[in-house]
Amino acid sequence: MPAPIRLRELIRTIRTARTQAEEREMIQKECAAIRSSFREEDNTYRCRNVAKLLYMHMLGYPAHFGQLECLKLIASQKFTDKRIGYLGAMLLLDERQDVHLLMTNCIKNDLNHSTQYVQGLALCTLGCMGSSEMCRDLAGEVEKLLKTSNSYLRKKAALCAVHVIRKVPELMEMFLPATKNLLSEKNHGVLHTSVVLLTEMCERSPDMLSHFRKLVPQLVRILKNLIMSGYSPEHDVSGISDPFLQVRILRLLRILGKGDDDSSEAMNDILAQVATNTETSKNVGNAILYETVLTIMDIKSESGLRVLAINILGRFLLNNDKNIRYVALTSLLKTVQTDHNAVQRHRSTIVDCLKDLDVSIKRRAMELSFALVNGNNIRGMMKELLYFLDSCDPDFKADCASGIFLAAEKYAPSKRWHIDTIMRVLTTAGSYVRDDSVPNLIQLITNSVEMHAYTVQRLYKALLDDISQQPLVQVASWCIGEYGDLLVSGQCEEEEPIQVSEDEVLDVLEGLLVSNLSTPVTRGYSLTAIMKLSTRFSSLNRIKKVVSIYGSSIDVELQQRAVEYNALFKKYDHMRPALLERMPIMEKTIFSGDGIFTVCLWSVFPVLQANDLLDLLGGNDVVPIIQTTVPTKPASAGGELLDLLGDLSLTVIPPMTAYNKNGLIIEFTFERSNPNPNIAVITIHATNSTEADMTEFVFQAAVPKVCSFPSCILINLLFMSWCIGT
Amino acid sequence: MQFMLLFSRQGKLRLQKWYVPLSDKEKKKITRELVQTVLARKPKMCSFLEWRDLKIVYKRYASLYFCCAIEDQDNELITLEIIHRYVELLDKYFGSVCELDIIFNFEKAYFILDEFLLGGEAQETSKKNVLKAIEQADLLQEVRALATA
Repeated sequence: MPAPIRLRELIRTIRTARTQAEEREMIQKECAAIRSSFREEDNTYRCRNVAKLLYMHMLGYPAHFGQLECLKLIASQKFTDKRIGYLGAMLLLDERQDVHLLMTNCIKNDLNHSTQYVQGLALCTLGCMGSSEMCRDLAGEVEKLLKTSNSYLRKKAALCAVHVIRKVPELMEMFLPATKNLLSEKNHGVLHTSVVLLTEMCERSPDMLSHFRKLVPQLVRILKNLIMSGYSPEHDVSGISDPFLQVRILRLLRILGKGDDDSSEAMNDILAQVATNTETSKNVGNAILYETVLTIMDIKSESGLRVLAINILGRFLLNNDKNIRYVALTSLLKTVQTDHNAVQRHRSTIVDCLKDLDVSIKRRAMELSFALVNGNNIRGMMKELLYFLDSCDPDFKADCASGIFLAAEKYAPSKRWHIDTIMRVLTTAGSYVRDDSVPNLIQLITNSVEMHAYTVQRLYKALLDDISQQPLVQVASWCIGEYGDLLVSGQCEEEEPIQVSEDEVLDVLEGLLVSNLSTPVTRGYSLTAIMKLSTRFSSLNRIKKVVSIYGSSIDVELQQRAVEYNALFKKYDHMRPALLERMPIMEKTIFSGDGIFTVCLWSVFPVLQANDLLDLLGGNDVVPIIQTTVPTKPASAGGELLDLLGDLSLTVIPPMTAYNKNGLIIEFTFERSNPNPNIAVITIHATNSTEADMTEFVFQAAVPKVCSFPSCILINLLFMSWCIGT
Repeated sequence: MQFMLLFSRQGKLRLQKWYVPLSDKEKKKITRELVQTVLARKPKMCSFLEWRDLKIVYKRYASLYFCCAIEDQDNELITLEIIHRYVELLDKYFGSVCELDIIFNFEKAYFILDEFLLGGEAQETSKKNVLKAIEQADLLQEVRALATA
């Protein structure tokens, strides 16, 4: 029988395949040959066959039938076999397959082999893919090897121990004795892996951390030797002695010094030395400086050292190497909270990075810019950020827009500036702003009373240009609905008032209704806006016509609104002016802790006098009249204030105690109105049973969507809650 | 380090070393997506990118991309040095290494990697020592093979 072809031969053959199909055919043929060879238990060529299998596996073909063969190779006494066998195990087996446990015994034997290279193979495999069970079984052997004087094995055992600890953290204790004199080794390989092991142990256990703090002086000494020692060809990288070891020591020092004054004190000098003496012309020097900066910022370093660190980052920002700039931005982002002023000094460089071509750098620069915005630099920063918003990738626009809104809200120097900024965002990135920005903006506009005319004019002009960006269109429609009278009468003070007639305004709003670009939500906004204008404009007939047309719209939401507005025209015309009057100023309540932003609205029912609502103290009765044309949804948690208007079914509703706490009792009674049985009358009794007065009693009513009052459109979009002020 | 991938500019995998347990399917998926992402990067872009919850460090040497996935607390710049050290080792071993060397001697590339890194961390920081160990192990292969023939 001819010998199986050699590995290199196979590779050469497969590479001559011109198509995927041809390659697959060759592979299948060879796999068949290999399979029969395996079946015949051929010892001589097993190694060669498994090697070929591994090559085919890398090309993406299945190779699971070779798993057991790898185990047989590992058990062989030939070094070549073991080498390929262990490689195969690492590539084809993983801890999910039960087969891998069969390796445990072989590895145990090989860990005790007479040849260090065999031991090395075993340690490597265990440290790379050993499962928890394997680690448990073999931890003792690893611990033994950790104490050997053979540095070749000791360094591997240290990293193998790291893996064991990661897999089975409870075993960490057993490695403690062996760590006693790890750092006194001269061999850099052992030193490096020991520091990694110590780092792992300190990260996982606070007890270990306190135990190893005493190593700080030793670590400092080793680091010092590395820096001060002369040229050592074996460990030199571009003039720096063993940068890998330096970086790992700095990282361990970071962990040991964090939160501990004495340790931080002990490492202060060496950190300053590394920070000032490290050569920065090549990447390797900067890698060490980077780690040093991270350490300085994390431990309890003195302020001089911290400033030094930030300045290093500042220099990094000016480096030609993109990687260095990226790393600087990342680090600055971490430190901007704690060392705000120091980072501010580099603001202009950071802002320049917004113009970088690299996406990752731009994102970092954007995040950092937002963190640096404050009352002093808001105007300048916003100019840069708006320019960035204009030109950045679509992925950034949503985040950037949100950031701009937040910053504007916090630091706006004037209301006009604030509204201008918002307008700019809506016009440049209008389709990317988040959904909750629409109600936020509406609330902001409502509260800027003196800017109403200016705002509606600007929004109107923006609509004339572009109706594709839905958030912009929605805010604009709402504004026109509210302040259309100001628009038509040309009352704008801030800029030249435009001449626009009622018909032109209605044209624009109707245009939104029919446009394909408008979403259903937008259509709802514009219909309501048109309706509101019925009390502000004189073109009543036109508005009535539009409203009645949409009474047969396919869109259910639109249809319902149109029908109700129609009803308002026909049957409740006397209520129309009051219902559609200007929205009052809204209070914004921010609940801290979970950061939920709740807007509580005053006087949802303008029909009611505000005074009546407030005068609930002392048990006055108030009778709000609520129209329901549609049965509402059933009540949720009984006794809660939310969803009070649920379950207003057409049968009798028993009275309920809505609130009974701290001496305040609120009861609701329900009855049908006599002339119109479709109206439910809710009577609210509030009594104060304590001796003291209750002041600042706030009563607010919230209407669920199903009630759909025209002036409650805004409530539909916001999270509703009751607010009992105390 | 969680894994290291070597692939050509056409997206063909030349070496894959995984230090975290994942199924074959997951490995294939990650490889495919990451290779696509890295190959889409323009030459002037920086060597780091965020991908899923990992930091990816990659560098191109001639026709091969060396790509590592590291964890949050790992130092990106030193990872570039790790990659460079591995390339130097390959170069010394093969004598002016090129992609074909790695294709035809992939098992040797793995052996060298396994003498340099263990469990995702560097086990030996001296270039000389790594190459010496490989040399000795290679000799062992020859000797043993002759003894049993």
